[in-house]
Amino acid sequence: MGLLQPESGLLFWMTLAFGVVFIVLARYGFPIIVKAIESRKEYIDSSLDAAREAEQKCATLEARSREIVNEAEVRRNEILREADNERKQILSDARQKAESEGECLLEKARRQAESERAAILDDAKHEIATLAVAITERMLREELRDRDAQTQLASRLMEELDPKNRKTWTPD
Amino acid sequence: MRKTFANIVVLLALLLALLLPALPMRAAAQEAPEQTTAVQAGREQEGTGQKGAVQEGDLDIKQLVLGHLGDSYEWHITSTGNGEWSIPLPVIIHSPTSGWHCFSSARLREGAEYEGLRIAAQGDHAGKIVERQADGSDLRPLDLSLTKTAAALLLNSVVVLCLVLGTARWYRRHKATERAPKGFVALFEMLVSGILDSVIKPCVGPNYRKFAPYLLTAFFFIFVNNLMGLIPFFPGGANVTGNIAVTFILALATFLAVNLFGTKHYWKDILWPDVPVWLKAFPLMPLIELVGIFTKPFALMIRLFANMMAGHAVILSLTCVIFATVGMGAAVNGSMSAVSVLFSIFMYCLELLVAFLQAYVFTMLSAVFIGLAQERPGKHAAEGPADNH
Repeated sequence: MGLLQPESGLLFWMTLAFGVVFIVLARYGFPIIVKAIESRKEYIDSSLDAAREAEQKCATLEARSREIVNEAEVRRNEILREADNERKQILSDARQKAESEGECLLEKARRQAESERAAILDDAKHEIATLAVAITERMLREELRDRDAQTQLASRLMEELDPKNRKTWTPD
Repeated sequence: MRKTFANIVVLLALLLALLLPALPMRAAAQEAPEQTTAVQAGREQEGTGQKGAVQEGDLDIKQLVLGHLGDSYEWHITSTGNGEWSIPLPVIIHSPTSGWHCFSSARLREGAEYEGLRIAAQGDHAGKIVERQADGSDLRPLDLSLTKTAAALLLNSVVVLCLVLGTARWYRRHKATERAPKGFVALFEMLVSGILDSVIKPCVGPNYRKFAPYLLTAFFFIFVNNLMGLIPFFPGGANVTGNIAVTFILALATFLAVNLFGTKHYWKDILWPDVPVWLKAFPLMPLIELVGIFTKPFALMIRLFANMMAGHAVILSLTCVIFATVGMGAAVNGSMSAVSVLFSIFMYCLELLVAFLQAYVFTMLSAVFIGLAQERPGKHAAEGPADNH
Protein backbone atom coordinates (compact mmCIF):
# COMPACT_ATOMS: atom_id res chain seq x y z
CA MET A 1 0.00 0.00 0.00
CA GLY A 2 2.68 2.45 -1.01
CA LEU A 3 0.13 4.99 -2.19
CA LEU A 4 -1.58 5.23 1.18
CA GLN A 5 1.64 5.71 3.12
CA PRO A 6 2.79 9.33 3.39
CA GLU A 7 6.50 9.74 2.62
CA SER A 8 8.45 11.69 5.21
CA GLY A 9 10.31 13.62 2.52
CA LEU A 10 7.11 14.70 0.85
CA LEU A 11 5.58 15.62 4.19
CA PHE A 12 8.56 17.87 4.78
CA TRP A 13 8.40 19.52 1.37
CA MET A 14 4.65 19.92 1.53
CA THR A 15 4.84 21.50 4.99
CA LEU A 16 7.53 23.83 3.74
CA ALA A 17 5.78 24.72 0.48
CA PHE A 18 2.31 25.13 1.90
CA GLY A 19 3.62 26.94 4.98
CA VAL A 20 5.57 29.44 2.91
CA VAL A 21 2.72 29.94 0.46
CA PHE A 22 0.26 30.42 3.29
CA ILE A 23 2.42 32.85 5.25
CA VAL A 24 3.31 34.92 2.21
CA LEU A 25 -0.24 35.00 0.88
CA ALA A 26 -1.80 35.63 4.28
CA ARG A 27 0.52 38.57 4.71
CA TYR A 28 0.92 40.11 1.27
CA GLY A 29 -1.74 38.47 -0.88
CA PHE A 30 -5.26 37.83 0.18
CA PRO A 31 -5.89 40.53 2.80
CA ILE A 32 -5.20 43.18 0.16
CA ILE A 33 -7.41 41.48 -2.42
CA VAL A 34 -10.23 40.81 0.05
CA LYS A 35 -10.08 44.35 1.36
CA ALA A 36 -10.09 45.80 -2.14
CA ILE A 37 -12.97 43.62 -3.24
CA GLU A 38 -15.00 44.46 -0.17
CA SER A 39 -14.32 48.16 -0.36
CA ARG A 40 -15.31 48.14 -4.02
CA LYS A 41 -18.44 46.24 -3.13
CA GLU A 42 -19.23 48.76 -0.44
CA TYR A 43 -18.55 51.59 -2.85
CA ILE A 44 -20.82 50.04 -5.45
CA ASP A 45 -23.52 49.48 -2.88
CA SER A 46 -23.32 53.02 -1.56
CA SER A 47 -23.27 54.38 -5.11
CA LEU A 48 -26.34 52.35 -5.93
CA ASP A 49 -28.03 53.64 -2.82
CA ALA A 50 -27.10 57.20 -3.69
CA ALA A 51 -28.34 56.73 -7.23
CA ARG A 52 -31.60 55.28 -5.98
CA GLU A 53 -31.99 58.16 -3.57
CA ALA A 54 -31.24 60.69 -6.28
CA GLU A 55 -33.72 59.01 -8.54
CA GLN A 56 -36.33 59.16 -5.83
CA LYS A 57 -35.59 62.80 -5.16
CA CYS A 58 -35.79 63.48 -8.87
CA ALA A 59 -39.13 61.71 -9.05
CA THR A 60 -40.52 63.68 -6.12
CA LEU A 61 -39.21 66.90 -7.64
CA GLU A 62 -40.81 66.06 -10.92
CA ALA A 63 -44.06 65.22 -9.20
CA ARG A 64 -43.85 68.47 -7.28
CA SER A 65 -43.21 70.50 -10.41
CA ARG A 66 -46.05 68.75 -12.18
CA GLU A 67 -48.22 69.52 -9.20
CA ILE A 68 -47.18 73.16 -9.35
CA VAL A 69 -47.92 73.31 -13.06
CA ASN A 70 -51.29 71.70 -12.47
CA GLU A 71 -52.05 74.09 -9.68
CA ALA A 72 -51.07 77.03 -11.84
CA GLU A 73 -53.25 75.74 -14.63
CA VAL A 74 -56.19 75.36 -12.31
CA ARG A 75 -55.56 78.81 -10.98
CA ARG A 76 -55.33 80.27 -14.44
CA ASN A 77 -58.57 78.61 -15.45
CA GLU A 78 -60.17 79.94 -12.33
CA ILE A 79 -58.92 83.41 -13.00
CA LEU A 80 -60.08 83.21 -16.58
CA ARG A 81 -63.44 81.99 -15.52
CA GLU A 82 -63.71 84.67 -12.92
CA ALA A 83 -62.73 87.31 -15.43
CA ASP A 84 -65.25 85.98 -17.85
CA ASN A 85 -67.92 86.00 -15.20
CA GLU A 86 -67.00 89.48 -14.22
CA ARG A 87 -67.07 90.62 -17.78
CA LYS A 88 -70.45 89.09 -18.24
CA GLN A 89 -71.59 90.61 -14.99
CA ILE A 90 -70.29 94.00 -15.98
CA LEU A 91 -71.88 93.72 -19.38
CA SER A 92 -75.19 92.65 -18.00
CA ASP A 93 -74.99 95.31 -15.32
CA ALA A 94 -74.20 97.90 -17.90
CA ARG A 95 -76.95 96.66 -20.11
CA GLN A 96 -79.39 96.66 -17.25
CA LYS A 97 -78.32 100.09 -16.21
CA ALA A 98 -78.53 101.33 -19.74
CA GLU A 99 -81.91 99.78 -20.14
CA SER A 100 -83.26 101.20 -16.95
CA GLU A 101 -81.73 104.54 -17.74
CA GLY A 102 -83.12 104.47 -21.23
CA GLU A 103 -86.48 103.53 -19.85
CA CYS A 104 -86.22 106.33 -17.39
CA LEU A 105 -85.32 108.72 -20.15
CA LEU A 106 -88.10 107.41 -22.32
CA GLU A 107 -90.51 107.75 -19.43
CA LYS A 108 -89.34 111.24 -18.82
CA ALA A 109 -89.56 112.07 -22.48
CA ARG A 110 -92.95 110.51 -22.66
CA ARG A 111 -94.11 112.35 -19.65
CA GLN A 112 -92.68 115.52 -21.02
CA ALA A 113 -94.26 114.90 -24.34
CA GLU A 114 -97.49 114.16 -22.57
CA SER A 115 -97.33 117.27 -20.53
CA GLU A 116 -96.26 119.23 -23.61
CA ARG A 117 -99.09 117.76 -25.55
CA ALA A 118 -101.45 118.59 -22.71
CA ALA A 119 -100.04 122.12 -22.61
CA ILE A 120 -100.33 122.36 -26.36
CA LEU A 121 -103.87 121.08 -26.16
CA ASP A 122 -104.59 123.50 -23.38
CA ASP A 123 -103.09 126.24 -25.39
CA ALA A 124 -105.00 125.14 -28.42
CA LYS A 125 -108.18 124.90 -26.42
CA HIS A 126 -107.51 128.25 -24.93
CA GLU A 127 -106.71 129.68 -28.34
CA ILE A 128 -109.75 128.06 -29.83
CA ALA A 129 -111.87 129.31 -26.97
CA THR A 130 -110.46 132.81 -27.34
CA LEU A 131 -110.91 132.53 -31.10
CA ALA A 132 -114.37 131.23 -30.61
CA VAL A 133 -115.18 133.97 -28.16
CA ALA A 134 -113.69 136.55 -30.49
CA ILE A 135 -115.47 135.16 -33.51
CA THR A 136 -118.62 134.79 -31.54
CA GLU A 137 -118.22 138.30 -30.29
CA ARG A 138 -117.72 139.53 -33.85
CA MET A 139 -120.45 137.38 -35.17
CA LEU A 140 -122.73 138.44 -32.32
CA ARG A 141 -121.79 141.99 -32.92
CA GLU A 142 -122.68 141.62 -36.67
CA GLU A 143 -125.70 139.48 -36.29
CA LEU A 144 -127.49 141.05 -33.33
CA ARG A 145 -128.23 144.31 -35.05
CA ASP A 146 -131.76 143.23 -35.77
CA ARG A 147 -134.30 141.46 -33.73
CA ASP A 148 -135.12 138.70 -36.16
CA ALA A 149 -131.73 137.64 -36.66
CA GLN A 150 -131.30 137.49 -32.94
CA THR A 151 -134.16 135.22 -32.36
CA GLN A 152 -133.27 133.20 -35.50
CA LEU A 153 -129.84 132.63 -34.12
CA ALA A 154 -131.04 131.91 -30.65
CA SER A 155 -133.34 129.23 -31.94
CA ARG A 156 -130.74 127.83 -34.22
CA LEU A 157 -128.35 127.67 -31.34
CA MET A 158 -130.92 126.11 -29.21
CA GLU A 159 -131.45 123.55 -31.89
CA GLU A 160 -127.89 122.91 -32.21
CA LEU A 161 -127.43 122.59 -28.50
CA ASP A 162 -130.14 120.09 -28.31
CA PRO A 163 -128.54 116.77 -27.34
CA LYS A 164 -130.38 115.02 -30.17
CA ASN A 165 -128.69 117.13 -32.76
CA ARG A 166 -125.36 117.37 -31.27
CA LYS A 167 -123.26 115.75 -33.93
CA THR A 168 -121.02 118.14 -35.49
CA TRP A 169 -119.68 120.28 -32.84
CA THR A 170 -119.08 120.05 -29.11
CA PRO A 171 -117.99 123.05 -27.18
CA ASP A 172 -116.14 121.01 -24.58
CA MET B 1 -30.49 23.67 17.96
CA ARG B 2 -32.67 22.02 15.35
CA LYS B 3 -30.98 24.09 12.73
CA THR B 4 -27.57 22.94 13.83
CA PHE B 5 -28.80 19.36 13.76
CA ALA B 6 -30.15 19.83 10.25
CA ASN B 7 -26.80 21.30 9.24
CA ILE B 8 -24.99 18.29 10.60
CA VAL B 9 -27.32 15.88 8.82
CA VAL B 10 -26.84 17.73 5.55
CA LEU B 11 -23.12 17.70 6.14
CA LEU B 12 -23.10 13.96 6.75
CA ALA B 13 -25.15 13.33 3.61
CA LEU B 14 -22.73 15.52 1.71
CA LEU B 15 -19.78 13.64 3.09
CA LEU B 16 -21.27 10.31 2.08
CA ALA B 17 -22.09 11.63 -1.37
CA LEU B 18 -18.60 12.95 -1.82
CA LEU B 19 -17.05 9.74 -0.65
CA LEU B 20 -18.98 7.82 -3.30
CA PRO B 21 -16.48 8.55 -6.08
CA ALA B 22 -13.81 7.14 -3.80
CA LEU B 23 -15.42 3.69 -3.80
CA PRO B 24 -14.02 2.54 -7.14
CA MET B 25 -10.71 3.98 -5.98
CA ARG B 26 -10.71 1.78 -2.95
CA ALA B 27 -11.24 -1.16 -5.25
CA ALA B 28 -8.28 0.02 -7.28
CA ALA B 29 -6.22 0.45 -4.16
CA GLN B 30 -7.03 -3.06 -3.08
CA GLU B 31 -5.67 -4.28 -6.33
CA ALA B 32 -2.44 -2.55 -5.56
CA PRO B 33 -0.73 -5.23 -3.40
CA GLU B 34 -1.33 -8.03 -5.83
CA GLN B 35 -0.14 -5.66 -8.53
CA THR B 36 3.08 -4.84 -6.73
CA THR B 37 3.73 -8.49 -6.30
CA ALA B 38 3.22 -8.88 -10.00
CA VAL B 39 5.75 -6.12 -10.57
CA GLN B 40 8.16 -7.76 -8.23
CA ALA B 41 7.71 -11.07 -9.95
CA GLY B 42 8.32 -9.40 -13.28
CA ARG B 43 11.39 -7.73 -11.95
CA GLU B 44 12.72 -10.94 -10.54
CA GLN B 45 12.34 -12.59 -13.90
CA GLU B 46 13.68 -9.81 -16.05
CA GLY B 47 16.08 -8.22 -13.64
CA THR B 48 15.85 -4.79 -15.27
CA GLY B 49 12.26 -3.89 -14.39
CA GLN B 50 10.15 -1.58 -16.46
CA LYS B 51 12.60 -0.92 -19.23
CA GLY B 52 12.97 -4.57 -20.02
CA ALA B 53 9.22 -4.94 -20.09
CA VAL B 54 8.83 -2.08 -22.54
CA GLN B 55 11.57 -3.39 -24.79
CA GLU B 56 9.95 -6.74 -25.03
CA GLY B 57 6.67 -5.07 -26.11
CA ASP B 58 4.93 -6.54 -23.09
CA LEU B 59 3.44 -3.45 -21.50
CA ASP B 60 2.81 -3.67 -17.79
CA ILE B 61 -0.06 -1.23 -17.55
CA LYS B 62 -0.60 -1.56 -13.84
CA GLN B 63 3.02 -0.81 -13.18
CA LEU B 64 2.95 2.11 -15.56
CA VAL B 65 -0.12 3.65 -13.95
CA LEU B 66 1.12 3.04 -10.43
CA GLY B 67 4.54 4.35 -11.35
CA HIS B 68 2.89 7.61 -12.37
CA LEU B 69 0.63 7.77 -9.35
CA GLY B 70 3.58 7.15 -7.04
CA ASP B 71 6.70 9.19 -6.77
CA SER B 72 10.09 9.01 -8.46
CA TYR B 73 13.54 10.46 -7.99
CA GLU B 74 13.68 11.94 -11.45
CA TRP B 75 11.16 13.74 -13.57
CA HIS B 76 10.53 11.64 -16.61
CA ILE B 77 9.60 13.74 -19.63
CA THR B 78 9.46 11.38 -22.57
CA SER B 79 11.11 8.41 -24.22
CA THR B 80 12.55 8.68 -27.69
CA GLY B 81 14.51 6.29 -29.84
CA ASN B 82 17.71 7.64 -28.29
CA GLY B 83 16.61 6.81 -24.78
CA GLU B 84 14.81 8.33 -21.85
CA TRP B 85 14.48 12.05 -21.40
CA SER B 86 14.24 12.89 -17.78
CA ILE B 87 15.33 15.64 -15.41
CA PRO B 88 17.49 14.40 -12.54
CA LEU B 89 16.42 15.82 -9.20
CA PRO B 90 18.48 16.32 -6.05
CA VAL B 91 18.65 13.45 -3.59
CA ILE B 92 18.93 14.54 0.06
CA ILE B 93 19.44 11.77 2.55
CA HIS B 94 20.27 11.67 6.22
CA SER B 95 21.48 8.30 7.30
CA PRO B 96 22.02 7.48 10.96
CA THR B 97 25.28 5.76 10.10
CA SER B 98 26.84 7.89 7.38
CA GLY B 99 25.23 11.33 7.94
CA TRP B 100 24.04 13.67 5.19
CA HIS B 101 24.18 12.84 1.50
CA CYS B 102 23.26 15.24 -1.26
CA PHE B 103 23.71 14.41 -4.95
CA SER B 104 21.92 14.23 -8.26
CA SER B 105 19.56 11.36 -8.81
CA ALA B 106 21.29 10.72 -12.16
CA ARG B 107 23.89 8.80 -10.19
CA LEU B 108 21.33 6.22 -9.15
CA ARG B 109 20.02 5.49 -12.65
CA GLU B 110 19.43 1.88 -13.60
CA GLY B 111 20.08 0.50 -10.15
CA ALA B 112 23.53 2.08 -9.74
CA GLU B 113 24.85 2.47 -6.23
CA TYR B 114 26.35 5.72 -4.98
CA GLU B 115 27.84 6.39 -1.54
CA GLY B 116 26.30 3.13 -0.37
CA LEU B 117 22.80 4.26 -1.48
CA ARG B 118 20.67 2.74 -4.23
CA ILE B 119 17.05 2.56 -5.30
CA ALA B 120 15.64 -0.69 -4.02
CA ALA B 121 14.28 -2.91 -6.80
CA GLN B 122 12.26 -5.09 -4.48
CA GLY B 123 11.33 -5.64 -0.89
CA ASP B 124 9.40 -3.38 1.43
CA HIS B 125 11.03 -0.25 0.05
CA ALA B 126 10.76 -1.02 -3.66
CA GLY B 127 11.37 2.14 -5.68
CA LYS B 128 12.79 4.02 -2.70
CA ILE B 129 16.38 4.80 -1.78
CA VAL B 130 17.88 2.39 0.74
CA GLU B 131 21.31 2.14 2.31
CA ARG B 132 23.19 -1.10 2.41
CA GLN B 133 24.26 -1.85 5.95
CA ALA B 134 27.36 -3.64 7.10
CA ASP B 135 25.39 -6.81 7.74
CA GLY B 136 24.03 -6.79 4.18
CA SER B 137 20.50 -5.69 5.12
CA ASP B 138 18.84 -2.62 3.63
CA LEU B 139 17.96 0.38 5.78
CA ARG B 140 15.63 3.16 4.72
CA PRO B 141 17.32 6.41 5.77
CA LEU B 142 15.58 9.75 6.35
CA ASP B 143 14.75 10.72 2.81
CA LEU B 144 14.22 14.45 2.17
CA SER B 145 14.91 14.13 -1.56
CA LEU B 146 13.29 16.60 -3.86
CA THR B 147 11.28 13.99 -5.71
CA LYS B 148 9.10 14.53 -8.75
CA THR B 149 6.05 15.28 -6.61
CA ALA B 150 8.01 17.60 -4.34
CA ALA B 151 9.47 19.44 -7.31
CA ALA B 152 6.04 19.79 -8.89
CA LEU B 153 4.75 20.96 -5.54
CA LEU B 154 7.36 23.70 -5.36
CA LEU B 155 6.75 24.69 -8.95
CA ASN B 156 3.00 24.89 -8.39
CA SER B 157 3.55 26.85 -5.18
CA VAL B 158 5.54 29.37 -7.19
CA VAL B 159 2.66 29.53 -9.69
CA VAL B 160 0.17 30.17 -6.87
CA LEU B 161 2.40 32.84 -5.38
CA CYS B 162 2.78 34.54 -8.74
CA LEU B 163 -0.96 34.46 -9.40
CA VAL B 164 -1.99 35.85 -6.04
CA LEU B 165 0.83 38.31 -5.56
CA GLY B 166 0.40 39.55 -9.12
CA THR B 167 -3.24 40.23 -8.44
CA ALA B 168 -2.47 41.80 -5.07
CA ARG B 169 0.06 44.05 -6.82
CA TRP B 170 -2.63 45.34 -9.13
CA TYR B 171 -4.81 46.16 -6.14
CA ARG B 172 -1.95 47.87 -4.37
CA ARG B 173 -1.44 50.09 -7.40
CA HIS B 174 -5.10 50.88 -8.02
CA LYS B 175 -7.75 52.26 -5.79
CA ALA B 176 -10.59 49.87 -5.30
CA THR B 177 -13.07 52.67 -5.89
CA GLU B 178 -11.65 53.48 -9.29
CA ARG B 179 -12.24 51.19 -12.24
CA ALA B 180 -12.80 47.46 -12.07
CA PRO B 181 -9.85 45.33 -13.20
CA LYS B 182 -9.76 43.66 -16.58
CA GLY B 183 -8.37 40.43 -17.93
CA PHE B 184 -6.61 38.06 -15.62
CA VAL B 185 -7.06 40.15 -12.48
CA ALA B 186 -10.78 40.32 -13.14
CA LEU B 187 -10.94 36.54 -13.51
CA PHE B 188 -9.03 36.12 -10.30
CA GLU B 189 -11.23 38.62 -8.51
CA MET B 190 -14.29 36.75 -9.70
CA LEU B 191 -12.93 33.51 -8.23
CA VAL B 192 -11.92 35.16 -4.96
CA SER B 193 -15.17 37.01 -4.47
CA GLY B 194 -17.13 33.92 -5.48
CA ILE B 195 -15.39 31.79 -2.86
CA LEU B 196 -15.58 34.61 -0.35
CA ASP B 197 -19.29 35.28 -0.80
CA SER B 198 -20.64 31.81 -1.43
CA VAL B 199 -18.38 29.76 0.84
CA ILE B 200 -16.40 31.64 3.42
CA LYS B 201 -18.88 34.27 4.60
CA PRO B 202 -21.92 32.00 5.03
CA CYS B 203 -19.95 29.04 6.41
CA VAL B 204 -17.52 30.72 8.80
CA GLY B 205 -19.82 33.43 10.08
CA PRO B 206 -19.05 36.92 11.33
CA ASN B 207 -15.43 36.07 12.10
CA TYR B 208 -14.67 35.21 8.49
CA ARG B 209 -11.95 37.82 7.93
CA LYS B 210 -9.60 35.97 10.23
CA PHE B 211 -9.89 32.72 8.27
CA ALA B 212 -10.36 34.04 4.74
CA PRO B 213 -6.60 34.04 3.94
CA TYR B 214 -6.18 30.41 4.98
CA LEU B 215 -9.28 29.19 3.14
CA LEU B 216 -8.44 31.14 0.00
CA THR B 217 -4.86 29.88 0.11
CA ALA B 218 -6.09 26.32 0.47
CA PHE B 219 -8.52 26.76 -2.42
CA PHE B 220 -6.02 28.21 -4.85
CA PHE B 221 -3.26 25.86 -3.75
CA ILE B 222 -5.44 22.81 -4.40
CA PHE B 223 -6.98 24.26 -7.55
CA VAL B 224 -3.64 25.12 -9.15
CA ASN B 225 -2.14 21.78 -8.18
CA ASN B 226 -5.17 19.95 -9.59
CA LEU B 227 -5.04 21.86 -12.86
CA MET B 228 -1.27 21.51 -13.23
CA GLY B 229 -1.71 17.79 -12.70
CA LEU B 230 -4.04 17.69 -15.71
CA ILE B 231 -1.46 19.17 -18.08
CA PRO B 232 -0.13 16.03 -19.73
CA PHE B 233 3.47 17.16 -20.38
CA PHE B 234 6.47 18.40 -18.46
CA PRO B 235 5.75 21.35 -16.18
CA GLY B 236 2.52 19.68 -15.17
CA GLY B 237 1.37 16.12 -15.10
CA ALA B 238 2.59 15.29 -11.63
CA ASN B 239 0.10 13.64 -9.35
CA VAL B 240 0.49 16.15 -6.50
CA THR B 241 -2.95 16.41 -4.90
CA GLY B 242 -3.39 12.70 -5.48
CA ASN B 243 -0.61 12.08 -3.02
CA ILE B 244 -1.61 11.26 0.52
CA ALA B 245 1.23 13.24 2.11
CA VAL B 246 0.07 16.43 0.40
CA THR B 247 -3.56 16.01 1.35
CA PHE B 248 -2.47 14.99 4.83
CA ILE B 249 -0.75 18.32 5.39
CA LEU B 250 -3.72 20.19 3.97
CA ALA B 251 -6.10 18.32 6.25
CA LEU B 252 -3.73 18.92 9.16
CA ALA B 253 -3.82 22.64 8.44
CA THR B 254 -7.62 22.59 8.55
CA PHE B 255 -7.49 20.52 11.72
CA LEU B 256 -5.24 23.12 13.34
CA ALA B 257 -7.38 26.01 12.09
CA VAL B 258 -10.49 24.39 13.51
CA ASN B 259 -9.16 23.33 16.87
CA LEU B 260 -6.62 26.02 17.71
CA PHE B 261 -9.17 28.78 17.19
CA GLY B 262 -12.19 26.89 18.50
CA THR B 263 -14.29 28.80 21.02
CA LYS B 264 -15.02 27.73 24.55
CA HIS B 265 -18.51 26.88 23.42
CA TYR B 266 -17.12 24.52 20.76
CA TRP B 267 -15.10 22.58 23.32
CA LYS B 268 -18.01 22.52 25.71
CA ASP B 269 -20.18 21.08 22.93
CA ILE B 270 -17.63 18.32 22.45
CA LEU B 271 -16.84 17.47 26.06
CA TRP B 272 -20.20 18.20 27.70
CA PRO B 273 -22.84 18.41 24.93
CA ASP B 274 -26.49 19.29 25.44
CA VAL B 275 -27.74 15.71 25.74
CA PRO B 276 -29.25 13.74 28.62
CA VAL B 277 -26.76 13.26 31.42
CA TRP B 278 -26.64 9.46 31.13
CA LEU B 279 -25.28 9.91 27.61
CA LYS B 280 -22.32 11.94 28.78
CA ALA B 281 -21.70 10.65 32.31
CA PHE B 282 -20.82 7.36 30.69
CA PRO B 283 -18.77 9.28 28.14
CA LEU B 284 -20.40 8.03 24.97
CA MET B 285 -21.20 11.37 23.37
CA PRO B 286 -17.92 13.03 24.29
CA LEU B 287 -16.13 10.02 22.87
CA ILE B 288 -18.03 10.22 19.61
CA GLU B 289 -17.41 13.94 19.43
CA LEU B 290 -13.71 13.49 20.12
CA VAL B 291 -13.45 10.91 17.35
CA GLY B 292 -15.36 13.35 15.16
CA ILE B 293 -12.62 15.93 15.63
CA PHE B 294 -10.25 13.58 13.82
CA THR B 295 -12.59 11.99 11.31
CA LYS B 296 -13.57 15.31 9.77
CA PRO B 297 -10.07 16.25 8.54
CA PHE B 298 -9.40 12.59 7.80
CA ALA B 299 -12.34 12.58 5.41
CA LEU B 300 -10.99 15.76 3.84
CA MET B 301 -7.64 14.09 3.33
CA ILE B 302 -9.02 10.88 1.83
CA ARG B 303 -11.56 12.63 -0.39
CA LEU B 304 -9.09 14.89 -2.13
CA PHE B 305 -6.46 12.17 -2.41
CA ALA B 306 -8.82 9.53 -3.75
CA ASN B 307 -10.55 11.82 -6.23
CA MET B 308 -7.40 13.17 -7.76
CA MET B 309 -5.64 9.84 -7.82
CA ALA B 310 -8.66 8.20 -9.40
CA GLY B 311 -8.77 10.82 -12.12
CA HIS B 312 -5.11 10.32 -12.98
CA ALA B 313 -5.48 6.54 -12.86
CA VAL B 314 -8.52 6.53 -15.16
CA ILE B 315 -6.98 8.87 -17.72
CA LEU B 316 -3.73 6.90 -17.76
CA SER B 317 -5.56 3.60 -18.05
CA LEU B 318 -7.60 4.93 -20.95
CA THR B 319 -4.43 6.06 -22.68
CA CYS B 320 -2.85 2.67 -22.05
CA VAL B 321 -5.73 1.00 -23.87
CA ILE B 322 -4.09 2.11 -27.12
CA PHE B 323 -0.82 0.36 -26.28
CA ALA B 324 -2.44 -2.65 -24.69
CA THR B 325 -4.36 -3.43 -27.89
CA VAL B 326 -1.39 -3.15 -30.23
CA GLY B 327 -1.04 -6.91 -30.46
CA MET B 328 -4.69 -7.47 -31.40
CA GLY B 329 -4.47 -6.35 -35.01
CA ALA B 330 -4.95 -3.08 -36.82
CA ALA B 331 -8.77 -3.07 -36.74
CA VAL B 332 -9.10 -3.63 -33.02
CA ASN B 333 -6.21 -1.36 -32.21
CA GLY B 334 -7.57 1.42 -34.43
CA SER B 335 -11.09 1.28 -33.09
CA MET B 336 -9.88 0.97 -29.51
CA SER B 337 -7.62 3.97 -30.06
CA ALA B 338 -10.60 6.00 -31.18
CA VAL B 339 -12.58 4.83 -28.16
CA SER B 340 -9.63 5.64 -25.91
CA VAL B 341 -9.26 9.15 -27.28
CA LEU B 342 -12.98 9.85 -27.00
CA PHE B 343 -13.12 8.58 -23.45
CA SER B 344 -9.95 10.48 -22.56
CA ILE B 345 -11.53 13.71 -23.83
CA PHE B 346 -14.59 12.99 -21.75
CA MET B 347 -12.45 12.21 -18.71
CA TYR B 348 -10.41 15.36 -19.16
CA CYS B 349 -13.58 17.44 -19.20
CA LEU B 350 -14.76 15.62 -16.10
CA GLU B 351 -11.39 16.08 -14.42
CA LEU B 352 -11.44 19.81 -15.14
CA LEU B 353 -14.73 19.91 -13.30
CA VAL B 354 -13.37 17.70 -10.53
CA ALA B 355 -10.25 19.86 -10.20
CA PHE B 356 -12.42 22.83 -9.39
CA LEU B 357 -14.98 20.87 -7.43
CA GLN B 358 -12.50 19.20 -5.12
CA ALA B 359 -10.77 22.48 -4.34
CA TYR B 360 -14.19 24.01 -3.75
CA VAL B 361 -15.37 21.14 -1.57
CA PHE B 362 -12.20 21.12 0.49
CA THR B 363 -12.52 24.86 1.06
CA MET B 364 -16.22 24.67 1.80
CA LEU B 365 -15.91 21.83 4.29
CA SER B 366 -12.94 23.48 5.96
CA ALA B 367 -15.02 26.65 6.22
CA VAL B 368 -17.95 24.70 7.66
CA PHE B 369 -15.75 23.00 10.25
CA ILE B 370 -14.14 26.30 11.18
CA GLY B 371 -17.57 27.91 11.36
CA LEU B 372 -18.86 25.17 13.65
CA ALA B 373 -15.89 25.76 15.94
CA GLN B 374 -16.60 29.49 15.96
CA GLU B 375 -20.10 29.16 17.32
CA ARG B 376 -20.93 31.23 20.36
CA PRO B 377 -23.66 30.59 22.91
CA GLY B 378 -25.14 34.01 22.19
CA LYS B 379 -25.82 32.99 18.64
CA HIS B 380 -27.67 29.92 19.84
CA ALA B 381 -29.84 31.99 22.15
CA ALA B 382 -30.68 34.28 19.28
CA GLU B 383 -31.60 31.34 17.09
CA GLY B 384 -33.66 29.58 19.75
CA PRO B 385 -36.94 31.51 19.54
CA ALA B 386 -36.83 31.53 15.76
CA ASP B 387 -36.59 27.75 15.72
CA ASN B 388 -39.76 27.35 17.72
CA HIS B 389 -41.91 28.75 14.97
